[in-house]
Amino acid sequence: MRRIPQYAALLVYLVFLGFPLVWLLSTALKTPQEMASLDPAWIPREPTLANFAAAFGEQDLVGAGLRSLVVALASAFLTVAVALPAAYALARYQGVLKRIALGWVLVSQVFPFILIIIPLFMVMRELDLVNTLAGLVAVHVTFTLPFALWMLQGYVRSVPRELEEAASVDGAGRMRAIVSVVAPLLAPGVVATLLFSFISSWNEFLFALVVLKDPDVMTLPLTLVRFTGPEGVARLGPLAAASLMATIPSLIFFAIIQRRLRSGLMAGAVKG
Amino acid sequence: MRIKSALAAVAVVALAAACGSGGGDTGDSSGGSGEPVKLDFLSLAWQKESVEANKAIVEEWNKANPEIQVTYVQGSWDNVNDQLVTSFEGGDAPDVFHDDSPALAGFASKGYLLDLKDKLPASLQNDIPQAAWDTVTFDDGSGDQGVFGVPFLQESQVIIANKKLLTEAGVRMPTPAEPWTWNEFADASKKLTKGDTYGVAWPMKSPVNKVLNLALNFDGTFFQTAGGKTTVKVGPEEKAVLQRIHDQLYKDKTADPAALGMGTADPLPGFFADKYAMLPVGVYLRQQVAEQAPDGFEWVTLPPLKGTTSNQGAVSQTLSVSADSEHQEQAIQFMSFFLNGKNQARLAKGDWLLPTSQEAASDPSITGQEDGWDVATASAKDLVVAPFLKVNGYDEWKSKVATPVLQEFFANKVTLDEAAKRLVEEGNEVLERYQR
Repeated sequence: MRRIPQYAALLVYLVFLGFPLVWLLSTALKTPQEMASLDPAWIPREPTLANFAAAFGEQDLVGAGLRSLVVALASAFLTVAVALPAAYALARYQGVLKRIALGWVLVSQVFPFILIIIPLFMVMRELDLVNTLAGLVAVHVTFTLPFALWMLQGYVRSVPRELEEAASVDGAGRMRAIVSVVAPLLAPGVVATLLFSFISSWNEFLFALVVLKDPDVMTLPLTLVRFTGPEGVARLGPLAAASLMATIPSLIFFAIIQRRLRSGLMAGAVKG
Repeated sequence: MRIKSALAAVAVVALAAACGSGGGDTGDSSGGSGEPVKLDFLSLAWQKESVEANKAIVEEWNKANPEIQVTYVQGSWDNVNDQLVTSFEGGDAPDVFHDDSPALAGFASKGYLLDLKDKLPASLQNDIPQAAWDTVTFDDGSGDQGVFGVPFLQESQVIIANKKLLTEAGVRMPTPAEPWTWNEFADASKKLTKGDTYGVAWPMKSPVNKVLNLALNFDGTFFQTAGGKTTVKVGPEEKAVLQRIHDQLYKDKTADPAALGMGTADPLPGFFADKYAMLPVGVYLRQQVAEQAPDGFEWVTLPPLKGTTSNQGAVSQTLSVSADSEHQEQAIQFMSFFLNGKNQARLAKGDWLLPTSQEAASDPSITGQEDGWDVATASAKDLVVAPFLKVNGYDEWKSKVATPVLQEFFANKVTLDEAAKRLVEEGNEVLERYQR
């Protein structure tokens, strides 16, 4: 009985979180006439799949989705691959270099993207990376890296140093201690960072807009925006249908790894 | 936001230059060794019919011109200026691109655009009236005037009305030859206001361009230039439209104050539910009305209102050629084909806007009575260049001064005289900075 208020609060929170998604689904299934009704309904009166047909028929959503998936997965795994060793070093070694590195990470977070976009574009051109997915992955990794590094070094710090010392007492070398003792405990942090990097890349619009020119290499956010016009006017039905489709890969990715994320948070709490 | 971002990007040009611009090879075009010339065409069409028309015209061109192949790239209005600034600075801009005339002024003065003066075929030049060319004629940054785009689509403000309610109220049905005056409009609004129905809804989320364009009905220009210096002016001519809209809201009570915060398309549900009898909106909104109107709902397009004149301010959608394009001649050839009279009629129909081409304006596909095309197309004759188009600092005046002041005025929080004073005094401070 004492838990009823907790469950009620949870329910309210779930409704708050779920509302946009449910409304998106509802809108995607409505006719243009029903969308312009003064008396909107949750359940469409005359459900239609015409918006999905328009979205898929007019734009290459599948192709764009696949390209976004490739970019987001590559960005996420590359980010973690680069950030993990750096995070370990930052968390374990003391010194001036560490303070400078952490300071740089923080400063890079407050620098407005729009200010560096033109020089970045020029660098990309010199490297022949404009109009390529590899170029976009490079940009996404670069910009996700500082925050990923910050996240991961927090997780590394939460693993007690004594565990590594215990391992070395038992005869393990540093690498062995890292691989067998630290790495398993870091799994939740790695998963959280992967998730963050994946979603950042999956949703990213501005750099993709600047880097990708050719219609054949465009990612999902660039494709979704084609359903919008000037001054906020949009083709709401196809946009809702396409946006709904665009949320599915993120949901699947999250569903697959959320177990580890949850247990990771608990592990962090206990160790911290 | 778009403009702000674009300006921020421009502000770092010096930084960009310091980073070294490197080579100028765009890498994707040839034309010298028997291979076709390749042109990139960035289009902002977004309505289904309009995208189809764009693609079809590009396809026709590519079929007829194997030596000049055009790649159609669909962009978006919200981000195009950020995208273009980056491309211009990076030396990788599309050869031909779609934009609107307010954006071209800034690009022209920075040398990003090819001056098309004397480069366009006479057939295209003569098919578009001077009033439209005025919307793309700007200072090239060195004091000379150049033509930096081809204007091809324009928007006028019409009134979309509920036919049944109009008939029941017994008001005179205006025609392009005999439009309503503002007084008749006010009278009609009174007759249409009864029960839960308001005669009119003024969606004023972005009030400035709308008010400034309509103000020309009473010769209100809002800006004056003397001795090379531009200042804000709010006299009786400028106040006329402001006062009339305000009267409908608070004196006649024929306009719903709740609609003031709405965007252009937001009052449509109320319009379909007989809550609003008339909507003063841009011609393009007919598309949404046609698509979303419930079965059996009858609506009509009424011609623009008349004050002391029927003039309305207009900007244009444009096609321009990048100054850095390696194939400027071919880009102009393509653009001239793309915007010939026949094709402009297709583009106008697809976007539910008005073509600048005189040939297109008489095309049967956009002069019939269906969906109010006859009234819409006829309204093009009264369009003149919007006075604000050539005012340096207009964007800042609009966002920092005019938008909040007009919103407060329409919300009845300040008087017309107070609003006028602020528009002038605060506005001149802004403009002053751009004229030093």
